[in-house]
Amino acid sequence: MVFAPSEHRRPPRALKILVAGGFGVGKTTLVGSCSEILPLQTEESMTGASIGTDDIVGVETKESTTVVMDFGRVGISDDIVLYLFGTPGQDRFWFLWDELAVGALGAVVLADTRRLADCFPSVDYFERRGTPFIVAVNCFNGEQRHTPDRVRDALDLDPHVPVVLCDARDRQSSKMVFVALIEHVMAMAR
Amino acid sequence: MSDKRSEQGRVRRARHAPPGPEDHPEHHWLDDDAGPVVRPYTVTGGRARPATGALDLLAYVEALYAPEADLVSLQPEHRAILSLTRRAQSVAEIAGQLDLPIGVVRVLVGDLLQANLVSTFDADNSLNPPDENTLQAVIDGLRAL
Repeated sequence: MVFAPSEHRRPPRALKILVAGGFGVGKTTLVGSCSEILPLQTEESMTGASIGTDDIVGVETKESTTVVMDFGRVGISDDIVLYLFGTPGQDRFWFLWDELAVGALGAVVLADTRRLADCFPSVDYFERRGTPFIVAVNCFNGEQRHTPDRVRDALDLDPHVPVVLCDARDRQSSKMVFVALIEHVMAMAR
Repeated sequence: MSDKRSEQGRVRRARHAPPGPEDHPEHHWLDDDAGPVVRPYTVTGGRARPATGALDLLAYVEALYAPEADLVSLQPEHRAILSLTRRAQSVAEIAGQLDLPIGVVRVLVGDLLQANLVSTFDADNSLNPPDENTLQAVIDGLRAL
């Protein structure tokens, strides 16, 4: 059966936001609290960095490894859909980011003040690429160990980069993180 | 949602599992944590690159034919893509919904493209950054969540 042309509708505009940050900082939680979440499998060539990390004894010919990242979808209207991609946290998956970053509206770098250094690579990456980003401090259990200004100093951020506090488990709090990012993107464009 | 998905995954993996010594229909070690029993690229016959060009993660795929169309020999995964893309879906969304790696979906969509069973078009976001009205609409939409 051939579909009649009337069955084809113009698909919504797709906007992409990345959620980055160290391993276990709450990226999955942040994406999941705003949207239905699907794990997305991607697989890439094994880099030298995986040797010794992945047990490949006996499967030496294996040339690729499967990486699972978080993928969320927020329907904004009939015309706009927002896609959230949680980037793989481990350093060895850096090369995956380049495809994700192409055409991305911006990025949220999620930080845990107990392990602030974990988000340095993400901050560096987006600064280098010129991708607009904000830093969201995930306050576990409502715990706020540092003020946004102290986090900004510790990360040596440009003064215009917003730093917000959030609770990644809370939908209201999480959605305001993305609102803050888009407001930042708009301010950058002006 | 996630329960349903893992349930499906379990069923599918069990189906592909080789018969054990006592031919148990399901082995306790073949759960989701064990990973897929069939390597992902078995679905594509070992092909890692699509017959057509590479597709962006957010490129849209739209079915031109219903999955029942008996035009060429299609694999179940091809038909699943056709039925999912009756309304245009992005490559990422297809991969997420069907629980297949993105690379596998690209190859399968390439087959469908070659057989003229789907059309694809880019979301071209990198070429045309969203204007202020679009961004404001996203902010309003998020606030209303």
